[in-house]
Amino acid sequence: MATINELKERIHAGSSEEIVAEYLERIGGSKLNAFITVAKENARKCAKEIDSEGHDGSLAGIPVAIKDNISTKGILTTCASKILTGYVPPYDAHVIERLKDAGAVIIGKTNMDEFAMGTSTETSFYGPTRNPWDLDRVPGGSSGGSAAAVAGGEAPLALGSDTGGSVRCPASFCGVVGLKPTYGVISRYGLISYANSLEQIGPFATTVRDIAMLFDVIAGYDARDSTSVDKDVNYSSALKNDVSGLKIGVPEEYFGEGTDENVNKAVWNAIQKLEDLGATRIEVKMPHTKYALSAYYIIAMSEASSNLARFDGMRYGLRAEDSDWHSTFSQVRAAGFGDEVKRRILLGTYALSAGYHDKYYLKALKVRTLIKQDFELAFKDADVLIAPTMPYPAFRLGEKIDDPLSLYLADVDTVPINLAGVPSISVPCGFSHGLPIGMQVIGKHFDEATILRTAYTFEENTDFHTQQPEGL
Amino acid sequence: MYENPDGVMIGLEVHVQLNKLKTKVFCGCTTDYHNDPPNSHVCPVCLGLPGALPVINKKAVEAAIKVGLALNCKVEEHTQFYRKNYYYPDLPKGFQITQYDFPISSGGYIVIEGEDGEHRVGITRAHMEEDPGRLVHEGTIDKSKYTLIDYNRSGMALLEVVSDPDMRSPKEARRYLDKLRNILEYLDVFDGNLEGALRVDANISIMGGQRAEIKNISSHKGAERALLYEIVRQKNVLRRGGVVVLETRHFDEAREITLSMRSKEEAHDYRYFPEPDLVPLKISGWAPAIKETLPELPDARRMRFVEQYGIKDDQAKSLTGELVWANYFEDFLKAYKDEYKEKLDPKLAVAWIEVLKGELNYRDLTVDAFKKEDMLSILELLVSKKITEDGAVDIIRTLLDKGGSPDEIVAEKGLLKVEGDIVSTAVEEAIKENPQAVADYKAGKEKALNSLVGAVMKKTKGRADARAAREVLLGKLG
Repeated sequence: MATINELKERIHAGSSEEIVAEYLERIGGSKLNAFITVAKENARKCAKEIDSEGHDGSLAGIPVAIKDNISTKGILTTCASKILTGYVPPYDAHVIERLKDAGAVIIGKTNMDEFAMGTSTETSFYGPTRNPWDLDRVPGGSSGGSAAAVAGGEAPLALGSDTGGSVRCPASFCGVVGLKPTYGVISRYGLISYANSLEQIGPFATTVRDIAMLFDVIAGYDARDSTSVDKDVNYSSALKNDVSGLKIGVPEEYFGEGTDENVNKAVWNAIQKLEDLGATRIEVKMPHTKYALSAYYIIAMSEASSNLARFDGMRYGLRAEDSDWHSTFSQVRAAGFGDEVKRRILLGTYALSAGYHDKYYLKALKVRTLIKQDFELAFKDADVLIAPTMPYPAFRLGEKIDDPLSLYLADVDTVPINLAGVPSISVPCGFSHGLPIGMQVIGKHFDEATILRTAYTFEENTDFHTQQPEGL
Repeated sequence: MYENPDGVMIGLEVHVQLNKLKTKVFCGCTTDYHNDPPNSHVCPVCLGLPGALPVINKKAVEAAIKVGLALNCKVEEHTQFYRKNYYYPDLPKGFQITQYDFPISSGGYIVIEGEDGEHRVGITRAHMEEDPGRLVHEGTIDKSKYTLIDYNRSGMALLEVVSDPDMRSPKEARRYLDKLRNILEYLDVFDGNLEGALRVDANISIMGGQRAEIKNISSHKGAERALLYEIVRQKNVLRRGGVVVLETRHFDEAREITLSMRSKEEAHDYRYFPEPDLVPLKISGWAPAIKETLPELPDARRMRFVEQYGIKDDQAKSLTGELVWANYFEDFLKAYKDEYKEKLDPKLAVAWIEVLKGELNYRDLTVDAFKKEDMLSILELLVSKKITEDGAVDIIRTLLDKGGSPDEIVAEKGLLKVEGDIVSTAVEEAIKENPQAVADYKAGKEKALNSLVGAVMKKTKGRADARAAREVLLGKLG
């Protein structure tokens, strides 16, 4: 699969249009259902302009696939929900403006769990996305379309969003690289909120270098997001093939019961590999990890119950028959939201209700503080933490979808990172029965440079990332 | 000491639109939409489009702090925004960004003229929030076949000023509203003349019973009427042996009655929680600098007027009760001095400003309807004794009703004061023609002199100065 630098060479020769055509053709013949909307005309037009007029942006002419919960001016944006039927945003998200400024070509909008609520991309109104490594398996979620598109060669780069693992999980299941940046590093302006206090937009690519190049484009301060942080960093320059002296913390809580044997083995091998390359390993304790999952779901659902209140059919999207406003709102929401979304809105509403607010929501916030403290303590000794991204490789389509609780449990290793707001990158580190395994390298707040360097060094000294699914 | 026979307790929640800001509270849209078509000043943020995020308007926070300080509140160390969750078509996000814990200011007071002299009304808190859009109906809300929504208003900065239940009568409530509005105008954060600039929710209980909350009253007079009605209603409930229940009521302005909207059981659970898209704002350092910018407030100005200009307290109160007239008064004195190189007696100025105010009110006009230069000329004519007081009133009325200029009117109507021989002749004639009055006066009836003065004025068609005529009469009568 082509990297940015390989594509750039061809684009310099004036063939962005040709490259876009190749990707469009692959999408057209795909069985993955990775895209909800393929922006054919837009992509061709942009590529043509770049070929004829030239562009000095760092991603000039490179196609990028965008998760369908990121607002794109003039391009349908659905959140994989029926309720946003026909919604064409009048404005671009901050990251889209950045991509356009860098000359990137928006090739389409990718499939996802409805409103990013899920771990398998099965709750999409537009049908599930399939895993390129095994079409009977899920790509992970909620950014399953973006990960599958990159793994399946349908886009060299993609954006997803990570609220509780939604970039890292599908990166792990699809055998690509995915980054969840520190909270505040990428503007959320234009990201359709699921749980605002937890989520970040994150990049997908096949290599750590490409992740860094894409990250360089989309990261940075934006006055339109009050949680955006003003830090000037060049991530690409942080990529060095060197981990000597790096202290890797290994939290045993992440290798616990329920973690697949092969996953455990692959991640430990990876840690050993980094030790061989000069890193040292230390044990760290993160005692509150076991409470993370319940705290995460209470906070995420509470915020979601409020965030999704705006979808009432009055101004955009699905519309019900005109009646009094109360019935119209109810009808639109009953018809427009899928079961998982309704479940989370109901649970979140309950958790915030008078009489339960302190018991659930406030308690969850307290747990969140404890989880943050776990990380602060661990990072007193360690430079990075390494753990499995997911407790197991991709599961079968339909295997867990009727059992919400077991799906929620799959997020056990990813959600603490969002609660703490720290960055984490998932990179391929092995295979189990032909399915990719991902490990996550977790860093201190705003220390993306170190996790990128660690992941890069690992990648330079292994060949997991070069392996590709067959028969697509 | 006011007895408060019905045990009335009134607390008010006043929504003040900070409409003098340039932009809305969480986006860059203009606040100047009142003359523009519906939905012409909206953006992804104030329309609540998916993915749009609020950013606090620092000027709005400053204005809110300014109001808090003027209401003698404590400004908090840091302030936090919350979401108040409820569905309504005018609310594009399905929640309102407001404040809950950590409001911007709290614990202040306003002094009003109460039933028994000066009365202090506590301010529980003053917190910021965003205004929803505006619903428009054909005719009345219950008869209209449709509802139209105008989001131009959506996202306007509001300050909700919550009082303690310290008012003991509808009259005190009205005075509180007048005073609050008065202070807000002085602070230059608010134009009370714009539609929806000030909206009131009133809480009222009697005899220690449960309270009723009357929602969305749009005028000071409306608030007084609603509360008067509510006292009668609650007294009737008690008289019949019933119990006043905790409920929300709606004020029907046309019929001047309140109607039940929902009881406590149906009360909303707003599920407040901190707005994750806005970080807590540290404002402890802001207050001192803002305090420096606080203008002289109505009470202070009133005291200064009495002291500095020697005018009566009720005149000072009337002037300072409306910023526009307080400013008019001081500007007028200055302009007079600039124009005629001579100081105008402030007492004379205030007397004539009151006359002007009365004539304007009578015609439902504002101060802009009368040129300040004309008023200056009129005062100069009076001071130099060229016209009489009656003549001055005539000029003001003629200018308002027909227009023209003071000089033209003086010439046209022959209003120049007459003196000397004309007055003497008129006095002599009056004495000759009214022997009975002369006899009465000489017999000690002081009042008889008035009818003689009246006769002189009649003969001179009002152009004589009454005081001068009186002196001449006294001289002739010995």
